[in-house]
Amino acid sequence: MDRIVVHTEPPRSLLRFLTCGSVDDGKSTLIGRLLYDSRLIMEDTLNSLAKDSRKHGTVGEDIDLALLVDGLEAERQQGITIDVAYRFFGTPKRNFIVADTPGHEQYTRNMATGASNCELAIILADARKGVLTQTRRHTYICSLLGIRHVVLAVNKIDLVDFSEQTFDRIVGDWLTFASSLGFQTMVPIPLSARFGDNATQRSGNTPWYLGPTLIDHLEKVDVEGDTAAKPFRFPVQWVNRPHQDFRGFSGTVASGRVTLGDAVVVAASGRQSRVVRILGPDGDISGAAAGEAVTICLADEIDIARGDMLVPPTARPQVADQFAGHLLWMDEEAMLPGRQYMMRIGNLWTTASVTSIRHRVNVNTLEHQAARRLELNEIGVCNIEVKKPVPLDPYAENRTTGAFILVDRFSNRTAGAGMVDFVLRRATNIHHEDYPVDKLARATLDHQKPLVLWFTGLSGSGKSTIAKLIEQRLHRRGRHTYTLDGDNLRQGLNRDLGFTDADRVENIRRVGEVAKLFTDAGLIVLCSFISPFQAERQMVRDMFEPGEFVEIFVDTPIDECIRRDRKGLYAKARSGVIQNFTGITSPYEPPEQPDFHLRTAGTTAEELAEVVLRGVLPLIEG
Amino acid sequence: MTNAVPSRLAPHLRQLEAESISIIREVTASFRTPVLLYSIGKDSSVVLHLAMKAFAPGKPPFPLLHIATGWDFRAMLEFRDRRIAELGYDLIVHTNPDGLAQGINPLTHGSQVHMSVMGTEALKQALDSHGFDAAIGGARRDEEKSRAKERVFSHRAPGHVWEPRGQRPELWGLYNTRIALRETMRVFPLSNWTEFDVWDYIAAENIPIVPLYYAAPRPIVRRSGMLIMRDDERMPLDPGEQVETMWVRFRTMGDWPLTAAHESRAETIDQVVAEIRVARVSERSGRLIDNDQDASMERKKREGYF
Repeated sequence: MDRIVVHTEPPRSLLRFLTCGSVDDGKSTLIGRLLYDSRLIMEDTLNSLAKDSRKHGTVGEDIDLALLVDGLEAERQQGITIDVAYRFFGTPKRNFIVADTPGHEQYTRNMATGASNCELAIILADARKGVLTQTRRHTYICSLLGIRHVVLAVNKIDLVDFSEQTFDRIVGDWLTFASSLGFQTMVPIPLSARFGDNATQRSGNTPWYLGPTLIDHLEKVDVEGDTAAKPFRFPVQWVNRPHQDFRGFSGTVASGRVTLGDAVVVAASGRQSRVVRILGPDGDISGAAAGEAVTICLADEIDIARGDMLVPPTARPQVADQFAGHLLWMDEEAMLPGRQYMMRIGNLWTTASVTSIRHRVNVNTLEHQAARRLELNEIGVCNIEVKKPVPLDPYAENRTTGAFILVDRFSNRTAGAGMVDFVLRRATNIHHEDYPVDKLARATLDHQKPLVLWFTGLSGSGKSTIAKLIEQRLHRRGRHTYTLDGDNLRQGLNRDLGFTDADRVENIRRVGEVAKLFTDAGLIVLCSFISPFQAERQMVRDMFEPGEFVEIFVDTPIDECIRRDRKGLYAKARSGVIQNFTGITSPYEPPEQPDFHLRTAGTTAEELAEVVLRGVLPLIEG
Repeated sequence: MTNAVPSRLAPHLRQLEAESISIIREVTASFRTPVLLYSIGKDSSVVLHLAMKAFAPGKPPFPLLHIATGWDFRAMLEFRDRRIAELGYDLIVHTNPDGLAQGINPLTHGSQVHMSVMGTEALKQALDSHGFDAAIGGARRDEEKSRAKERVFSHRAPGHVWEPRGQRPELWGLYNTRIALRETMRVFPLSNWTEFDVWDYIAAENIPIVPLYYAAPRPIVRRSGMLIMRDDERMPLDPGEQVETMWVRFRTMGDWPLTAAHESRAETIDQVVAEIRVARVSERSGRLIDNDQDASMERKKREGYF
């Protein structure tokens, strides 16, 4: 029955790769070169290309290969690539789908979109400029999205006289940065997209380069990975029930393989059954592997709907309603913790919210920063809470069952793309143990009501000075107090924390927890911390009972703080020695409704301490 | 492999087939009233073939829609009716009644007006009158430069408007299928296929296609350097023009006055595939409507063209 097969070439596989780089790096020219040299450019396209080259081109009389790929009218006129474009070409050995993505920082989302479906990335660098901030950004985003094979295309090598030293220096810079990002293959290639050196033909201009040409590498690189060796995952896409005698579960095998007779369970419910029939695109088959679209029939009538996942009983995914993950924000409207979004994970739609942002990742420096929200194109590590438990795997283990999107509930825009890091085993299984001697008992013995006095304000505003005065006066009145001081805590409990904004957030969280223990012990706790963000102050306030937390805003104008500068910190911050310094390079959000608003200008610390004392004594003495 | 029957397909075609089947199933799972836009061309034939596979042993759970302009090749209509009768599927045929009443045609009104009224407008009428919320089409990204950025699930605002800025990023296979009232989705399961892939697949899977894709002696008029097949008497001959019988075939389907043939002796699918492999012009060069103006496809898409 076999008909004559037309393609006599050996079977070809499909490689999806993305190209990232800015327009100046020659990305579009490189893709144009690959298309041109693989003879996929038709005559009528060439004619219109020649016409376009005269109209929009940037290379004089030559045909501008970049114009082959720059699609939408707007970007052709502006000369930039503003979206993900998909290109197709093939060689006798392999077929290629190219995700052509823009390189500017404001298009991080487009790059991530392209990367999400790719197995390999070509990162372009201009040989004249070397490894730039953006080269690092592209490399990082590729690794974040799970790409394990990268090519560093050192382009325009002709413009540095095909210099081996230049190439080696750039490669060295890049490897220093990229080696720790978990890539399986990292291949640097010196090339000229415009003239074709080492793109599709070995160049006589780089006799010192012994590696493959770009196309050689693309044809040969093994990206199959081990998705077929991983545990079986089958997200049910659709229940096929054409008539009473047939009930099958359609979907695409996400990983692993399934064979007739295999035992499977529904991940969320734990219901078990056995595979009795598998339908592939051409009818009955005895097994199916990752990537195949099939319909599976089970021996038992168990409750299964779209969104469920069939898995082996011996290698189940975690089922969780709280997890930590990387989140890339893609919407103009910022992501706010606590806000509800629609979430799609696998084939399941549910609602989810970010409970907290652990930190934001600066995509240029990889520095961790504190954040209260994620803006467009920002990446954060977040704790995420899902309305009901969902089956999931860490993204590093499974790019299908560990990926999710967040969708705005009102506009339906795709707002965020996420990757599961790990499941959070939160307090759900830990139950609070009650002790008979409680806070009230201890406070009664001390004849005082416990209280937190939280001083917030710029560095040098006078928080500590005022706090010390208050503590002295309370002490003289026989009150049991304790002061939590940032510098002191950092020598012990918090000595693992640095001064990044992310660490500052953790610093505040721990201070809040310690203050809570001390109030539980019956003490009056004085805390003086810059605590620049409303969110963290609110977080601490929420730990306490109403009336137990007093926020004191020590309000000194920044100019006055700079003038005082007792520790010389402002001078360092302004000269760039200290980064992310509140008031200089990092924002301070003044409290909107502090319990005490102390304007320090034109008054003394003693007077202000007196004001606070008069106000809090009734709370303490009840 | 554990497959009982070894697949006849090359690995990359198997990958594309699986992806397309998944997309088609996603439409059924996510929309209330989907429809398959059946243009009778080779790409539509492949989509239909994939839909049959996606829902086996059942039938595709959506109807087919053909927008008839009144200028379809007769051979296309015959093929359509025969195919639908064989398969027993639901087919809706719609023609713009206003355009018909006004006698809109490609010969006197030009390709732009004709396609806008009888193609784009007619499609919107049909989608609106049946309340279809998702329409599956056979467009591919490799067809034309402005298609290269088209989404698999392409969002349309009320009025079927395609807004470049309103298109949603598509990560992994996690398509965002949510739409508000009066919004619709166009879905393109063949997004990642090339023309070569389509032909290789048709050959490997033995998919029936309109005979016009195969070379045969046909009545041809040479006009503006194009070979136009005179399918009926409505096309008057200009002075000096004559109908000659030539061995030709078509690389794309469309309205016959707007679709150029080329000389060919490729009578079998294998010969057609061999011819495509060495072709030096793109398939759209035979479509008169695309050559009208620079970036014409992008404009048409914004207006709601499929």
